[in-house]
Amino acid sequence: MFVLIVGAGRVGSALAKSALAAGHAVSVLDEDPLSHERLDAGQSKSWEDSGGQFTVGTALETDALIQAGIERADAFIASTAGDNTNLVIAQIAQKRFGVEKAIVRVMDPARADWYNEQGLQTISPTKHAIEMFERALAPQEA
Amino acid sequence: MYAIIAGAGKVGRNLARELISKDHEVTLIENSRASYLANEEEFEHAIQYGDATELWVLERAGIQRADLVIAVTGDDEDNILVCQVAKEKYLCDRIIARVNNPRNHDHFRLLGIQPAVSATDLILRLIEHEVPRYGLVHLLALEEERLEIIELEVTADAPTVGHKVTEIELPEGALIISVLRGGAGFVPKGDTVIEAGDEVLLVLDPGLEEAITSYFAPSGYPAAL
Repeated sequence: MFVLIVGAGRVGSALAKSALAAGHAVSVLDEDPLSHERLDAGQSKSWEDSGGQFTVGTALETDALIQAGIERADAFIASTAGDNTNLVIAQIAQKRFGVEKAIVRVMDPARADWYNEQGLQTISPTKHAIEMFERALAPQEA
Repeated sequence: MYAIIAGAGKVGRNLARELISKDHEVTLIENSRASYLANEEEFEHAIQYGDATELWVLERAGIQRADLVIAVTGDDEDNILVCQVAKEKYLCDRIIARVNNPRNHDHFRLLGIQPAVSATDLILRLIEHEVPRYGLVHLLALEEERLEIIELEVTADAPTVGHKVTEIELPEGALIISVLRGGAGFVPKGDTVIEAGDEVLLVLDPGLEEAITSYFAPSGYPAAL
C-alpha cells in the first residue's frame, strides 16, 4: 500500500516509520524541512535509504501534493497541527484525487464526530484522552 | 436579516458596520482575545469571542437562525470550514467566503464553497475593465445560478455595427442589458443602433462567451487573451 502522510510531527513521523517497517511505501509531506530529522531519529539508516520519501511543502499547494505522490496514494493521513488544515486537505485528497482511505486527526471531538458522519475517517486524540482519564478515575474493580 | 461574520478584521468590521447601518442583525465572531477586546466597545453585544470553526461557538451565536454566514478571517482553511459547516450541518441558505490566497480558489470550488471572493481576482477584473483591449471582460459570475455578466467593446468590423438591437439575433440565453457610449451608460431600446466603440454589457448563460464575442468583437478574441 502507498501511504501519504501530511504533517510529520510526533504522530506523523512515528506512524511513517512504523508503516515503512510494516512494508508499506511511505511518502511524507511537511512544510518544515527540519521535520525530516524526526524521521531519521533513532534509525540506523536515513529515511531515504530505508526507502521513504520526503517532500517539503504545504498540503494546500496542489503541486506539493502531486510531487509527494498523491495521485497514486492508497491511503492519506492528515496529521498536521491544525484541525482545519487536516479537514480541508483530507477532503481534497478524497474529492479531487479520489484517494480511497483518508484518515484525519481532529482534536475537536464535536467536529470529529460530524465529519465522520460526512464520510471522513476521523481520529480524535482528545476523545481518547478523555475516555482514558475517565477510566483511570473510575473506581477499580477488584 | 441575521448575518454571522467570522473574523473581525478590517473586512469583517466594515461589513458589520454596513449591515448594522442597514438595520440588519449581525454577530461578529473573533478568535483573537486582543482583537475582540479592541472592538467590544464599538460592537457591544454584536461581537463574540471564540473560534468560529467550533460548532458550539457557532451555535452560541445562533447559527440555526442565521440567514447569511460570511467567513472573512485571514485563514483560508478556517473560511472553508466555517462555510462548509454552516451550509451542510446547519443548512444555512447563503454563505460567502473570502479567499486570501488566490491559489486556494480551486479548493473552495471543489468543496462547494461559493461565492468565494478574492481581492486579487477583483482587482484583476478592474484592471481588465480599465484596459478594454482585453476584449471580453467578466464583470460578474453567479456560478450557482449559472449566469454571468460580461462587457465587450464593439469593434469596427463587428457584424452588429449599424444595426438596431431588435435586428440582432443573439443566441438563446444572451441579452444586452446596457450600452456604454461616450462615458455614459443607458439601457438600450429596440431601436438603439449599435456603434463601433460602444461597450455592451450582456447577461449570458455560461459557455456563450465565444459565440457572443463574434457578434461584437470578432477580431478581439481570443487573440487578446
